[in-house]
Amino acid sequence: MTEFKGTENYIATDELQIAVNAAIALEKPLLIKGEPGTGKTLLAFEVAKALNKQIFTWHVKSTTQAQQGLYEYDAVARLRDSQFGDAKVNDISHYIIKGKMWQAFESEEQSVLLIDEIDKADIEFPNDLLLELDKMEFYCYELQKTIKAKTRPIVIITSNNEKELPDAFLRRCFFHYIRFPERQTMIDIINVHFPNIEDDLMDEALKVFYGLRDIHGIKKKPSTSELIDWIRLLKLGKNTIEDLQKIDYLTTQPPYFGSLLKNEQDYEHIAKSKRSSQNTFRRF
Amino acid sequence: MFLDFFLLLKEEGLPVSIGEYLNLLEALSKRVTAFNIEEFYFLSKTILIKHEQFLDRYDLLFGKYFHGVELSETDKKEIPKDWLEKEMNRLFTEEEKAMIEKMGGLDKLMERLKELLEEQKEKHQGGNKWIGTGGTSPFGNGGANPEGIQIGGKGGGRSSVKVWEKRQFQNYASDVELNTRNIKLALKRLRILTREGIEDELDLPTTIQKTSKNAGYLDIEMQPAKKNRVKVLLFFDVGGSMDPYIELCEQIFSAAKSELKHLEFFYFHNCVYESVWKDNNMRNNDRIPTFDVLHKFNQDYRIIFVGDATMSPYELTALGGSVEHYNDETGIAWLQRFVQKFPNIVWLNPSNEYYWDGLPTVQIIKDVFKDRMFPMTLDGLAKAMKTLKGKKTIH
Repeated sequence: MTEFKGTENYIATDELQIAVNAAIALEKPLLIKGEPGTGKTLLAFEVAKALNKQIFTWHVKSTTQAQQGLYEYDAVARLRDSQFGDAKVNDISHYIIKGKMWQAFESEEQSVLLIDEIDKADIEFPNDLLLELDKMEFYCYELQKTIKAKTRPIVIITSNNEKELPDAFLRRCFFHYIRFPERQTMIDIINVHFPNIEDDLMDEALKVFYGLRDIHGIKKKPSTSELIDWIRLLKLGKNTIEDLQKIDYLTTQPPYFGSLLKNEQDYEHIAKSKRSSQNTFRRF
Repeated sequence: MFLDFFLLLKEEGLPVSIGEYLNLLEALSKRVTAFNIEEFYFLSKTILIKHEQFLDRYDLLFGKYFHGVELSETDKKEIPKDWLEKEMNRLFTEEEKAMIEKMGGLDKLMERLKELLEEQKEKHQGGNKWIGTGGTSPFGNGGANPEGIQIGGKGGGRSSVKVWEKRQFQNYASDVELNTRNIKLALKRLRILTREGIEDELDLPTTIQKTSKNAGYLDIEMQPAKKNRVKVLLFFDVGGSMDPYIELCEQIFSAAKSELKHLEFFYFHNCVYESVWKDNNMRNNDRIPTFDVLHKFNQDYRIIFVGDATMSPYELTALGGSVEHYNDETGIAWLQRFVQKFPNIVWLNPSNEYYWDGLPTVQIIKDVFKDRMFPMTLDGLAKAMKTLKGKKTIH
């Protein structure tokens, strides 16, 4: 049996490995949720890489309809061709444009299908895919035939929780919530990205990072991807531990602060909370 | 095999179905994981639980079933950790401390705690009744009550904590806060799409049909694009008891402004009387007669009142009951005019739904609005928008 154990660039916790492997073994779609920047989308690519499979990605937008993942009938092209008496026009299959799901169904070997950010679409979107995900088949009206998956693809679906997903849809999926990594996991992740980072710098950077996350009331907490960007900048800028130790958020801000915090109200909030904690300190 | 466990989950209100239970058995028979309890915990969680808000509950039940760890009553009631954060660690005066002394012995406090847990649903700070931080209530962290009971502090002497006992998902249990983004999404439900105006879009089906009728020669048909043409009047209660909800109202306001093209807003204080105003700084000079509003806007308009509906009953029922001026007609009479004129009308109330029963004015307004009062939560907003949309209207 094929098993997913993470890759050299992607640290998967035991929990995540079990979820992925259970979904593969039972041929169920796996729904992934979690804070932004915890590697939800990346997971599908890494699963494909680790198991050496082709990946089809379907990025969902607010205007995306379920049908577009199956196929689209290009009526305008056929209409145009008919005006010029093109011989192609007699065969309707020339005007059926295959969607990502159809492509994944057609693949001879098992593939990975990523349905990214499913919550962005209309509320009814997941309901329109129930049968397709369950039976891995659908009916094409124009060609009057049923398209059935040659091999059931490994389906990975991500959601950012902007809309609640319908129960009927949830029942068909397995679910995993990627929690924000613990300190040790975070150190593993950083080591994967920066194999020769000095331990002292990493300790100090993590201290700043987790300190920021602990401040109550921040609108957009920095996440893994922001931490990695930040450390990359620190290394490029040749920043030292001393630079990081000076930070007090009042007179000295962390270098490249903008890559960690992305909401201007958060800057004020942090300064305010630091100031008030100093004042409390004085009072006692 | 694990039927009792499954039934326990079901009994405790987790949305699990037979299909999912069968999946779990199938996964076990296919030996997806090794046979140890930790892996079984991960596996059953991924298969049975589909929403992060249930994960903490699941952890508790898993612990209870597989280790016999009993749930105490307070655990079940779930005390959110952030109540206890010492954000408002203010110092008490001697007077306040003396008052706390008077509140009774330990047993009495425990009883009171249970009662409060039953009643209280939202986070509270300051004040002297509810559980929270920095208040004079005997419950919670960081207060100055000499008899205070600490909740959510250091735990007992448990050795080797299991994964599910760490309760890492505790925070996700009640994590449905309102922000501009999800308010906007809720307001999106209030859409009435119509085709009006300039024909700027190709009507493909009609074009194809007409072209076929035309023996294959193109006959192009255009149509106006679909647009949301819902019209909304917003009435905001300002001042006094609404102060704690200012931020929430601002969010509703900015979300409504960007989502709804045809939006007019007005302010009032506690209840609507003869006049309302549009600019809060000019409230004394620049008033608009309420009759003008009632006459100017037709029945297509959807009306949303935002207010806590908390005031003295006289302000609604008596002549001259207004706190600001002498009113010739009762507040109820004015509210009824709105309800009679506009078929699609709701009242959004930012205060906690739990207290509504105890507030007479909330009840009166709820009656006038024929039960169309909704709390300002995500669920309440969604319901309000659904009610507001009403039956299909033809334009």
